[in-house]
Amino acid sequence: MSETLATLTGVSKTYQKGKEKVEVLHNLDLQIPAGDFIAIMGPSGSGKTTLLNLLGGLDKPSSGTVRVGDAELSSMSNSQLSHWRSTNVGFIFQFYNLLPVLTAQKNVELPLLLTDFSGKERAKRASIALEIVGLGDRAKHYPRELSGGQEQRVAIARAVVSDPALLLCDEPTGDLDRETADEILKLLQILNREHGKTIVMVTHDAQAAEYANRILHCDKGTLEAREAV
Amino acid sequence: MKYFGLIWKNVWRKKIRTSLTLLSVFVAFLLFALLSALGYAFKSGEDVADAERLVIIDKVSLINPLPMAYKNRIAATEGVHSVAHASWFGGYYQDPRNQFAQFPTDPYEYFSMYPELEMPEEQLENWAKNRQGAVLGRELAEQFGIKVGDRIPIQATIWTKADGGRTWEFDIEGIFGTNDPRGSTAFFLFHYDYFEEARAFGKGTVGWYILRVTPDADPVQVANAIDLQFANSPNETETSTEAAFAQSFAKQFGNIALIVTMILGAVFFTLLLVSGNTMSQSVRERISELAVLKTVGFTDRAVLGIVLAEAVLIMLMGGLLGLGIGWLLVQGAAQQLGAFLPGIFLSGEAILTAVGIMIGAGIVAGIFPALKAMRLSIIDALARA
Ligand SMILES: Nc1ncnc2c1ncn2[C@@H]1O[C@H](COP(=O)(O)OP(=O)(O)O)[C@@H](O)[C@H]1O
Ligand SMILES: [Mg+2]
Repeated sequence: MSETLATLTGVSKTYQKGKEKVEVLHNLDLQIPAGDFIAIMGPSGSGKTTLLNLLGGLDKPSSGTVRVGDAELSSMSNSQLSHWRSTNVGFIFQFYNLLPVLTAQKNVELPLLLTDFSGKERAKRASIALEIVGLGDRAKHYPRELSGGQEQRVAIARAVVSDPALLLCDEPTGDLDRETADEILKLLQILNREHGKTIVMVTHDAQAAEYANRILHCDKGTLEAREAV
Repeated sequence: MKYFGLIWKNVWRKKIRTSLTLLSVFVAFLLFALLSALGYAFKSGEDVADAERLVIIDKVSLINPLPMAYKNRIAATEGVHSVAHASWFGGYYQDPRNQFAQFPTDPYEYFSMYPELEMPEEQLENWAKNRQGAVLGRELAEQFGIKVGDRIPIQATIWTKADGGRTWEFDIEGIFGTNDPRGSTAFFLFHYDYFEEARAFGKGTVGWYILRVTPDADPVQVANAIDLQFANSPNETETSTEAAFAQSFAKQFGNIALIVTMILGAVFFTLLLVSGNTMSQSVRERISELAVLKTVGFTDRAVLGIVLAEAVLIMLMGGLLGLGIGWLLVQGAAQQLGAFLPGIFLSGEAILTAVGIMIGAGIVAGIFPALKAMRLSIIDALARA
């Protein structure tokens, strides 16, 4: 077995909904080997996004520990988590979440503003990332001038530009047609296989899940493994 | 600063809204520039008054004359450097409409009392030598086309001559100007000796005294000492400093300054509402974008700083433009109105104050939206999107 990138141990997550407490994740254990490509499926509201948020250091568990690489996320402060996220994890969302006032190039450069790279170096790295996702010729375009698939590619470039080990994708093809979705999924596969990115992808779509190495089913706060074909 | 591009782009996310906000900032600081230049003009009148010069008038009324005999007693008072006197003649030249001030006085005493008056030494000497000689200010000379060497008649309205005549004839021996940009030269001076000798009544009196205190004396103490000296005499005196006079004059402008301050206060209050509203709208409509910034690793503080910087940038852009245009207008006004309202000036202090206000107002307008952005929870914001 290859080494482990992320480990969740006894993780529970409870939300306060009005006066009620809702336990979204219950005593969850999960190991993610480096270089893995995992798809997480499950009904709406089953806690998939919550799980990604915990893995990405956007949220903290109510109990249990989340370890990614050398970092013990559950014990870090908010600003420590911010710094950690800037180099260790890339996020890809269903609705791309690009900044409309910035060009594709500047959107991709955004995470690099937090580094010590010079403006020239930032531009160079952003260009390379755009090349990788096949949008080298769209650098000067604004998000509104791009198709949904292209916007998602820019978002992927932004996620990988600071070269994080882990990519977290929350329904990355949920807003795309079949053909475009397949292109995005192939791109993720390339990032996984050729660039060594560890990917955790939440999806509703069984066909999308097939691109992963393994599929986990999330239901009522627990995960159930099911090997991919 | 590497965030500048991001801040700049966000400032212009809604071009019309930003332009309107900039316009209101512009107008506010344009107004600020103009009003503070005007205020500077008013305030400088006070600074220019000669604090070492005192005026002595009759306590009851300015038109009551004072005995000529007071002169030596005033001069002997401790702290008095020199004394001059003048009287009100109240005549006209050629036509009763041509009213201007004529003062019988002593040539050397008067000119050394008012060093700001400028006249060639030779003309002063000629005047002193000629009992019927007179000098007048450049403003009058130009207005009536009077030249040195002219003989001109002044019709008396008060002071008939001992021989019953009302026409006083004078030889113009000099024309004076002033180096005080605020000072007027619209008056006429002639010999007190000639006046005293020729007038039909009122002999042995003068209209008022002007005195200069020694540099180390306290003008207020000197004034009190003089008034005390003549207390309980038939002609009690009232002595005040030119500065005190200018101050009471400036107090009237002080009220204007208060109104100006209140207007500016209202303008800036409105400005804060407008720009504060712009900033909170701007933050409200990009909750998910701010969440993305935080997701990729911007700290809460960085997000706070970015939003605040946007607000300050808007203030600085509109404000500096307003200040710049204001400065140009003030320069123009100083040239056009120089004679009428001297001292119009946009001081460095006013400019620094304005820049301080821009930064302060930017922070005040941006702080609540910025705090909102800072406290924004990524998870909530993304879930809402
Ligand atoms: N910030 C929150 N506050 C309260 N309840 C939440 C919050 N985030 C998620 N939940 C609840 O937790 C459950 C799981 O949410 P989520 O992880 O988004 O599910 P999924 O992504 O699988 O659809 C849902 O019932 C949701 O209403
Ligand atoms: Mg979800």
